[in-house]
Amino acid sequence: MSKIESNVEFVRKEDAPVLPPPINQVGLIGWLWRNGISSMINFSTITGSIQSVLMILLTVVVLYLGLNGIWTLVDFAFIQAIWSDADELKRLACATTLQGGSLPEEWFGACWPFIAAKSKLLIYGVYDIDEIWRVNLTYLILLVGIGWVVIEKMPYRFHVGIFLLVIYPIVAFVLLTGGNLEIANSTLIIMILVSLLISVFCFLIYRGFLGEGFLAAYTVFNAIRYLSIYITMVTIIFTSDFGLVTVETDKWGGLLVTLVVAITGIVASLPLGILLALGRRSSMPVIRLLCVLFIEFWRGVPLITVLFMASFMLPLFLPEGTDFNKLLRALIGVTLFSAAYMAEVIRGGLQAIPKGQFEAASGLGLSYYQTSRLIILPQALVLVIPGIVNTFIGLFKDTTLVLIISLFDLLGMIQSSFADPNWSTPVQSLTGYLAVATIFWVILFSMSRYSMFMEKKLRYEH
Amino acid sequence: MNSSGVKLSDEKESLIYNPKIRSIFFQILALVIVFGSLILLRHNTLVNLEDRGKSLGFHFLGETSGFSILPTFGTWVVGYEVGVSTYVDVFIIGILNTLAVGLFGIIAATLLGFTIGIFRLSNNFILRSFAATFVEIFRNIPLLLWLFIVYFAVLRNLPAKREALFFTENIGINITGLYAPAPQPLEGFLYVLIALIVGMVGCIFFIKWSTRRFLITGKKFPGGWLGLILLICLPLAIYYILGQPLNWEDPIFKSDGPVFRRGYQAGMGMMIVPEMIAVWAALSLYTAAFIAEIVRSGILAISYGQTEASFALGLRPGTTLRLVIIPQAMRVIVPPLTSQYLNLLKNSSLAVAIAYPELVSVFGGTALNQVGKEVEMIFMLMLVYLSFSIITSIFMNWFNSKIKLVER
Repeated sequence: MSKIESNVEFVRKEDAPVLPPPINQVGLIGWLWRNGISSMINFSTITGSIQSVLMILLTVVVLYLGLNGIWTLVDFAFIQAIWSDADELKRLACATTLQGGSLPEEWFGACWPFIAAKSKLLIYGVYDIDEIWRVNLTYLILLVGIGWVVIEKMPYRFHVGIFLLVIYPIVAFVLLTGGNLEIANSTLIIMILVSLLISVFCFLIYRGFLGEGFLAAYTVFNAIRYLSIYITMVTIIFTSDFGLVTVETDKWGGLLVTLVVAITGIVASLPLGILLALGRRSSMPVIRLLCVLFIEFWRGVPLITVLFMASFMLPLFLPEGTDFNKLLRALIGVTLFSAAYMAEVIRGGLQAIPKGQFEAASGLGLSYYQTSRLIILPQALVLVIPGIVNTFIGLFKDTTLVLIISLFDLLGMIQSSFADPNWSTPVQSLTGYLAVATIFWVILFSMSRYSMFMEKKLRYEH
Repeated sequence: MNSSGVKLSDEKESLIYNPKIRSIFFQILALVIVFGSLILLRHNTLVNLEDRGKSLGFHFLGETSGFSILPTFGTWVVGYEVGVSTYVDVFIIGILNTLAVGLFGIIAATLLGFTIGIFRLSNNFILRSFAATFVEIFRNIPLLLWLFIVYFAVLRNLPAKREALFFTENIGINITGLYAPAPQPLEGFLYVLIALIVGMVGCIFFIKWSTRRFLITGKKFPGGWLGLILLICLPLAIYYILGQPLNWEDPIFKSDGPVFRRGYQAGMGMMIVPEMIAVWAALSLYTAAFIAEIVRSGILAISYGQTEASFALGLRPGTTLRLVIIPQAMRVIVPPLTSQYLNLLKNSSLAVAIAYPELVSVFGGTALNQVGKEVEMIFMLMLVYLSFSIITSIFMNWFNSKIKLVER
């Protein structure tokens, strides 16, 4: 290789001057160019021109629609809205001169004092005023618990999660109803005896008195033991007297009913859904068929028919004399309904577990029960968190349907408060719907964001 | 049996370890539990019904119904009359109304959903953010609330009964409904319908034939256009040859005369009740938000390499979208899209809240209150919805097997 002469005429001796980037690549113009302008100013060909003109028209129309919508909303909810009713005028505070008030004829805005007057109704229903601290405490524990589980840096997140799923429902039940459930003492004694018996049985198995065959199934019996002890303890707690005044469920309403229905539905359907999902993937054809039938039946019918069934047919199915209150009936319907959806979500998670995991587990000599509990479910359940949150979002929206069987959830409460003549104005319904829609939107939107965040995180981890 | 030859336990215990016997035992146990509880439920139901002086049976279906139903598509088809029509008619009206609102809802939701979904992927900032806002607003507020907003807050603000808001001379709307001219087929209109069917068959034939010819010879033939011309022009030609055998009955609006006679006159023209409009609008907007997300994720699921490869082959952006991206995206889009359609059909049952006479409302609501046959009627309701979902899943399986990737 010969050495390159550096003093040849055509070889550059200094760097070429750095040119500024093209104006349509950087800065505001570049941003505009990349975000729309480029598709609007191509007039080099006939088709290009037609497309550009159409694009401009479309953009202008959509921009107009969007701005118009935003302006209408802002104008109604903020600019024209009445914010306070200092003189206790009630409906007259939000009435035009024609309707007897003092506002100008073309006034059209939200009547927020109406929402303020009904706020207690919307959050608690007609819950006893003196006992409202109990609802507040329930809300507070829930909020702290969920915040704890969601924030990644907190310690003991797993334990708090288990607390929310297993212990919190009991605490909430006692706080909200007042506990002191009436159950015949004989039933209670039978329950205690049964769980004692199972415990003794388990002990005998564990010591090997009943032979190897039972020892192999020890884990199953142990699970039954825990379950029976849990149920008995819950019953004992429900029936004991904590000195709280009983508040009938007819008095519950608004956000309280919405949250109770949605959270009970999701918490109770979780174990049911896990069992159904495992059953649907079972190698036993009869179990599989039964689970498929159950899941497809509930997924095939609308929730309203399920609620109708729960409120009309459930009393017929039960032995004579048993009477449920309306809320409990709705809860049973909602739980069965969402268990089917939950089962499908969990099945998706189970399917995502590679076959090698099952093979490795059986290679280690684990039984089906041990494999499911120790290997498969811990992995599958983490995978399906976004799916569970999405099911919860769906369920949360569906809780509004309980107003059809005349339970007063958030929407039902606002709908019934329109009947109050003290506040009847033409803007009443729009104000009410706007308030309820905002509450729903904030809750649901944040949940959907959380689900998307989890989805992304789980994708990165694999 | 131990293949290793090591005797782990004696014969009696190995029976418990035998997976076959275990599995049979558990299956029989499950069957016994399920059938046992079903028998118990049946027993309880019969006892409870007897207590209330009721019995099981479908005889009530033949009885005449004693309540009026809002004039809707179903009542128009069946020709409903109070005191003459039976509960079977009520049932059929319910199904027809559900299907009517479902069909129009599906059409509107699909159009709107695809538009919004494509807007969301546009590089145009305004279109993109409009679509994102649309989706987030409509998806995160319960459908029932949308239904109430449309029905109680928007449609209730329409002009009162004696006034109307006119879109054209013959089409107007007020609080009692949307009024439009009603088509009335005269003698000979049957031939126009036959021509329409012939046109459809011809259209399909031409498209298939020209595609096949294109694939074999590479020669293009405007089969689609020719088919379209056949589809539109043939019935139109017959229509004019036969002297326009279709009469349009205009709605009559009186703005003078005695006050209580003013407004739209009953029985003239076509009337669509506001309940139907509310259900349709709420269902379409709500479902469109979900469809938009499905469309977006379907298109995003196609890797960008497909677009690059297509550009490298010299295809233009529009052609790339039409021939490369969309056919592949449809494979991802159609299964969740079908389940959204099914959801829309099931969600139409929310109409019970505003008393649009669809299946749940008219049969599970009004008729149930009159007859009081809870078990039979809710059973029938569920059967209808279950058959909808079975038909959908049959279609889904057929479609999946049709569009499955053919691996070579």
